[in-house]
Amino acid sequence: MIRLLVLFLLLAAPVKAEEIVLGLSRDEVAITATFQGSEILIFGAIKRDAPIRTDSDLGVIVTVAGPDLPVTVRKKDRRLGIWVNTESVDVDVAPSFYAVATNRPLEEILTFTEDLNTRISTQRAIRSVGATIDNAQSFTEALIRIRSDQGLYLKLPTGVLVQEESLFRTLIPMPANLTEGDYKAEIYLTRGGQIVDLYSTTIPVKKVGLERWLYNLAHENAFLYGLMSLSIAIAAGWGASAVFTLLRR
Amino acid sequence: MQIYLPIAEVSVNAFLLLGLGGIVGVLSGMFGVGGGFLMTPLLFFIGIPPAVAVATEANQIVASSFSGVLAHLKRKTVDLRMGTVLLIGGLVGSGLGIILFNYLKALGQVELLVQLCYVVFLGMIGTLMFIESLKAIRKSKKSGGVFVPTRRKHNWVHNLPFKMKFRVSGLYISVIPPLIVGVLVGVLAAIMGVGGGFIMVPAMIYLLGMPTKVVVGTSLFQIIFVTAFTTMLHATTNYTVDIVLAVLLLVGGVVGAQIGTRIGVKMKAEQLRIWLAIMVLAVCGKLAFDLLITPSELFSLGAGGH
Repeated sequence: MIRLLVLFLLLAAPVKAEEIVLGLSRDEVAITATFQGSEILIFGAIKRDAPIRTDSDLGVIVTVAGPDLPVTVRKKDRRLGIWVNTESVDVDVAPSFYAVATNRPLEEILTFTEDLNTRISTQRAIRSVGATIDNAQSFTEALIRIRSDQGLYLKLPTGVLVQEESLFRTLIPMPANLTEGDYKAEIYLTRGGQIVDLYSTTIPVKKVGLERWLYNLAHENAFLYGLMSLSIAIAAGWGASAVFTLLRR
Repeated sequence: MQIYLPIAEVSVNAFLLLGLGGIVGVLSGMFGVGGGFLMTPLLFFIGIPPAVAVATEANQIVASSFSGVLAHLKRKTVDLRMGTVLLIGGLVGSGLGIILFNYLKALGQVELLVQLCYVVFLGMIGTLMFIESLKAIRKSKKSGGVFVPTRRKHNWVHNLPFKMKFRVSGLYISVIPPLIVGVLVGVLAAIMGVGGGFIMVPAMIYLLGMPTKVVVGTSLFQIIFVTAFTTMLHATTNYTVDIVLAVLLLVGGVVGAQIGTRIGVKMKAEQLRIWLAIMVLAVCGKLAFDLLITPSELFSLGAGGH
């Protein structure tokens, strides 16, 4: 009777066969005066109640996304011999930073429909609803290309290392030109292209110390900040003049 | 040594910024130009966001101009009266320029406007100065080294009303032309992120007929106040003045300006002018070239918003 009940419960409740247990090398990224970019080590284990499945391949996808911001993509065209911005597309939502690390190429471990639903691939993470231009596609492609060149959009097809089918880790490099905000790290576990588990956490990226103080002052006390900038400029100008006058004597 | 700029939100090499500030400072002291027309494009090139580059450059020019003007005040080569008239025009122009700048920014054409302004003005002024300086050098060689500046004593400028005596410049002219020059320079200063000295210096020499000796100091005097005003406008409306970037640039800049002023004293006026002309033409050529050739990336990103 008890056995039957257990079996019944197991069948009825969607008990996860495989579950993610996560660790991070750091729980926040501090931007200091000498910040040159950072690397985040994301590691974890897969907890199982049952023996390792052999019917389908295991997929591990790690995404790290910066704050979503609207972007305007402009295209240049030749007008009267010179290159001028002509067309533009407003992209409603584009993450300021986006990294996708996988243990195998994304197409192999995630089906098209799952990608449509979860918006994992970089192309899906960007949304431009209001685009009315015919070739709007080329604008979003350009956005991805430019941000990839700046190290802001990363595709790491073999970036996740899986050991013994149960331990995984990945290193996400983040460039120096980061936008402040809460970065969302998500880890997906897939079997046969279907997501079986998801774990998500946030990594705050923020300026600290002098950087924080100056940034706050510039935004909250702009007038004072402007006056301070000018005083420093005038003091430096006067100082240099005085020093050189002394040197000449 | 890499340093993270809090407002620009990029990481750059501190020594590179010090070096750039120094070189531009030397030129600033030598020619009485703020150096912005060189520094602003250089800052774009090393990856500083344009809005931050323009605003911070204004602040940096305050420092190098202040350092320069002190040296000129000691040598009594500043026409304070003329400087004040130019300044009144400059403040009006700067305000107008910012309105135009923000309007075109909304249209996504501000970059083009800035580049076209550079090409047209630098090209015109560079060519004019180059020809004039060559003539002057030839003349001074013929007359055995004794060079008398060719100042046109009577042109239309001298027939306008509201005349005023500018003793240091040795002029008795109407205040209208200096006011107009001031406004034009102010507009360009706000749009191009420059002090405007490279426009003002030739205008003072060729249009107002001021002696070359006082031109540099007087233009520096005017530039200090116009760029200080621009800095405050940017700091309070766009929050784009990066003080860390400014400090690095101005440490190099003020030292450079002092050295430049001393080099300038030793050089002959017409030599000074021909070098400035060559430099102006070089920057103009580079910018024109960029507009004409097919860019490697046709697309560009801008802050979103409707």
